[in-house]
Amino acid sequence: MAELLQYLFSGLTSGAIYALAGLGFAIIYNSSHVINFAQGEFIMIGGMATATLNAAGMPLPLAIMAAMAVTMLVGVMLAKFAIEPARDADVVTIIIITIGASIFLRGAAQVVWDKEFHALAAFSGEVPIKLGGATLMPQSLWVFGVSVVVIAALWWFFNRTLFGKAMLATSFNRLAAQLMGIGVKKVLLVSFALSALLGAVGGIVVTPITFTNYEAGIMLGLKGFSAAVLGGLGNGMGAVVGGLIVGIAEALASGYLSSAYKDAIAFIIILFVLFFMPNGLFGKKGVDRV
Amino acid sequence: MLLEVTHLASHYGRIQALDDISLRVDEGELVALVGANGAGKTTLLRCLSGVQPLSGGRLFFDGVDITRMAPEKRVALGIAQVPEGRQVFGPLSVEDNLRLGAYLRRDRQIGDDLDRMYALFPVLFKKRELPAGTLSGGQQQMLAIARALMSRPRLLLLDEPSMGLAPLLVAEIFEVIAGLRGNGVTLFLVEQNAHAALALADRGYVLETGSVVMSDHGAALLADDRVKAAYLGL
Ligand SMILES: Nc1ncnc2c1ncn2[C@@H]1O[C@H](COP(=O)(O)OP(=O)(O)OP(=O)(O)O)[C@@H](O)[C@H]1O
Ligand SMILES: [Mg+2]
Repeated sequence: MAELLQYLFSGLTSGAIYALAGLGFAIIYNSSHVINFAQGEFIMIGGMATATLNAAGMPLPLAIMAAMAVTMLVGVMLAKFAIEPARDADVVTIIIITIGASIFLRGAAQVVWDKEFHALAAFSGEVPIKLGGATLMPQSLWVFGVSVVVIAALWWFFNRTLFGKAMLATSFNRLAAQLMGIGVKKVLLVSFALSALLGAVGGIVVTPITFTNYEAGIMLGLKGFSAAVLGGLGNGMGAVVGGLIVGIAEALASGYLSSAYKDAIAFIIILFVLFFMPNGLFGKKGVDRV
Repeated sequence: MLLEVTHLASHYGRIQALDDISLRVDEGELVALVGANGAGKTTLLRCLSGVQPLSGGRLFFDGVDITRMAPEKRVALGIAQVPEGRQVFGPLSVEDNLRLGAYLRRDRQIGDDLDRMYALFPVLFKKRELPAGTLSGGQQQMLAIARALMSRPRLLLLDEPSMGLAPLLVAEIFEVIAGLRGNGVTLFLVEQNAHAALALADRGYVLETGSVVMSDHGAALLADDRVKAAYLGL
């Protein structure tokens, strides 16, 4: 029982990060029907920038703010200089552009930083909390707490603000959105900025647990993608539920079977969903174009 | 002159959809554009709203050259469109659809205009919290018209507002359009239902395979033998 609880804690912690990454996929997919395979690199940049700035002596809160700003800037530049100019190309081409961008960003990270792993101190100590026979690291509480706040803020943005609704409207009907005077270019830039921010936040809170290096985004990005696919591409709540399922499934698999299976779970989920339920758990039927 | 189109051309790839279109709409007028399936009516309205590129010619709105202006700037200037097939935001509520119609407005009268739309279309008030996609075709058309009016347009472009509606609803929609004209909105009405449109219009244009082939007062076009034969089935 304590063992199960332990696996659940660890699964929910990584699941929360996958949920944030999955939401990043969903937001960009909605605004442009593009699957942004550079989402994982946003996570990496957020973590790397915070860890290195903090190590260089910048106070943690400042380092976090700077890392979020840098990652959002990268996201906006990606949209402006790589995605928007290819606006009229077909979706597959744009997806390949995002794969190219992810390789480029990993290369740039190696140049700007290095190939080493970087650590970041836990935000509020390392004294484990005992709970029902299992132990919970305080940083895991940061991961849950921050994820919940971010998800709630996103919900508010998309359901309660006019610009959030305009972004949704653009995803439902781009032509009609343009006829309402909604600037669809701005929607694209904001969706990349938001997704980058989500990635950065995930990368920042998880780095004290996992450490980070220039390649850390590959796996996290793929797991975020499997979360988004499992939830139904473009469905925000689906991405969150999908992220938690992927996180818990891999924690259980590595706990009860073998840790060798941990990374395979996300791939199995992607393949399973693509073959047997292409709309995901909550996706709309008759999903389009791609 | 509120809208002036000179020598407009537009292509889809290599296919020319519009060729040398010149027309004008004066302030306060109701101008109808009639033409058969595929004549290019929708393409012309899309050019006017800036969502379809021109391959020649120019557009002026109230004296301002808008030929290359972005769609959102045209909305800000006062051009609104009720697109073909209604194009409401299906998963969003009726009220959200209306509020998005006022997306570019920053004034304090948006709430009043919302009430005005609900007074004009009481059924929208009854269904204001439902997803727009759950409305019937006629109700969606009313929503699409109300949504466009929420921007307080000076020029309203309507693309076949009667398409696919039962005869009773068609009459209702045309009544609404007649009412708008009474309120001083300038209207450019595209219709396959040539009879109803020309009967209401001050002036009309006839579009055939991408070119304007006739233009006259609405009543004169209604009485024209060629128009009768081709579009009125008489
Ligand atoms: N997206 C497109 N790609 C290629 N050709 C198009 C496209 N849209 C329209 N066309 C062509 O352009 C011409 C004009 O089409 P348009 O939709 O403007 O006509 P319309 O007068 O609005 O017709 P309808 O009464 O059926 O709505 C037609 O020959 C049509 O086949
Ligand atoms: Mg048409």
